[in-house]
Amino acid sequence: MQGNTACAEGALAAGCRFFGGYPITPSTEVAEHMAAKLPKIGGVFIQMEDEIAGIASVIGASWTGARAMTATSGPGFSLMMENIGFAVMTETPCVLVNIQRGGPSTGQPTMSAQADMLQCRFGSHGDYSIIALSPASVQEMFELTVHAFNLADRFRVPTFLMADEIIGHMRERIEIPDSVPREERKPLTKGTPPFRADEDMIPGFPQFGKGYGVHVTGLTHDERGYPCATSPSLHEDLVKRLVEKVESARHEIADYRVTNPDAEVVFITYGSPARTVAQVLHDNPDKRIGHLRFRVVWPFPEKALDEFPDAKVFLVPEQNLGQMAREIERHTCIPVVPLPRFGGALHTPAELEKAMEAWR
Amino acid sequence: MRHEVRFSGFGGQGIILSAVILGRAAVMYDGNYAVQTQVYGPEARGGASMSAVIIDDEPILYPKVTDPDIFVIMSQEGYEKYGVHARKDAMMVLDSSLVQSRPGCRYVEIPATREAKQTLGRDIVANIIMLGALVKVTRVVREEAIEKAILDSVPKGTESLNLKAMKLGFELAEKGKIQ
Repeated sequence: MQGNTACAEGALAAGCRFFGGYPITPSTEVAEHMAAKLPKIGGVFIQMEDEIAGIASVIGASWTGARAMTATSGPGFSLMMENIGFAVMTETPCVLVNIQRGGPSTGQPTMSAQADMLQCRFGSHGDYSIIALSPASVQEMFELTVHAFNLADRFRVPTFLMADEIIGHMRERIEIPDSVPREERKPLTKGTPPFRADEDMIPGFPQFGKGYGVHVTGLTHDERGYPCATSPSLHEDLVKRLVEKVESARHEIADYRVTNPDAEVVFITYGSPARTVAQVLHDNPDKRIGHLRFRVVWPFPEKALDEFPDAKVFLVPEQNLGQMAREIERHTCIPVVPLPRFGGALHTPAELEKAMEAWR
Repeated sequence: MRHEVRFSGFGGQGIILSAVILGRAAVMYDGNYAVQTQVYGPEARGGASMSAVIIDDEPILYPKVTDPDIFVIMSQEGYEKYGVHARKDAMMVLDSSLVQSRPGCRYVEIPATREAKQTLGRDIVANIIMLGALVKVTRVVREEAIEKAILDSVPKGTESLNLKAMKLGFELAEKGKIQ
């Protein structure tokens, strides 16, 4: 099965019943598969006039209680930025799939990249936090899409599946389980203002059609959802909560794989470069070479770096000029070496072996 | 045992579909592992197209083909771009109706596009002829496996045409000399 198809299958298994978007290479197969499947199971597929409308329709669908998603790539992702901020501010659970291609601008439509990793974290204006996952196989395209819906519903935050063209277009073996774990949105208790958060900093979600009148706005709002855009303390409390509800849970959300924790030279990856590193470790069975692979990239779980107490260098192969390497550097005193490879090609094992030898 | 198979031709010949079918045969009907990847431009039809399949009895880590041992070449441009550096002990199945050059490695000439047109009346099945020939020459998947995978993958109503193409590929490969 193809990675993009596996993503769509994961969404369907997770109970996604709304897809709104605009086709773009290399993500189109996600939309195609949803268009073929959703109408048959009572869901809705709608091709909007552009990606701005695509994410807008997803936000609307989510407020009706549906699990909703969109899928896009670079240029479409850029168009979505404003409404991503709206989804953050209105605490709307939704899943956005970005099958990354070469940028800036229209760049390389058919080639792989991982150069939107900071855009997904910081691309909309204002301070905020989101969740982003990064699959490294067709199997994970399925599993992490399911997981993305659960995280989105639990934290009421836009959740991103940040895949790359290689994983999206690759076909490989996959096993689809009979059922998948599902975490529901916490319902709003009657009589509670719709944006009053509980101790976990997450408000309950009002059920559509159950008699709630809720005002949903991108303006700074009080617990009732009414705009109140001039109070410094209200704005500060709201934005801090939007960030903290995700960031304070980052070690719980964290999802990573550790190979050879006693290693001195440690590769850190997410997405398709993880496959090259897995090959390098397979071909060089040596406990002194380690691998930390992130399945959740944002919120960044810095404690994962402590899994390698003997590390003397972190080597970070990415399909960009060093986006996550910069984040890693913020959290460690040992050298962090970006190993950029972009233009569409994937790092070869030989190339990473050479990079590694310089530190041995 | 890892095999790396590279398909090349021009957009519209079914270069990517060929790789998908081969990978499917290996995974679904031979019980092996396979990874299929591709390179294609936004222009699609007419431009050089390349796809690849890795087949292994163990899980596949690095997903890209680096040093193919098997080539299926269906255009001169595809040969020049993706076939010309084939390693000496590789095996190349080439569509001799469209590729003028001959490689330094072992090869078999299969006039797939000509035969598709003349014998079957549809040049669209040339890629399936090539798949049949590939399987006969290299045994990279079983004949029953490729047959089932072809039937899974082709449009309804074209099954018998495609099976004829596959069998024609078997025959051409049996007749063709490995050079």
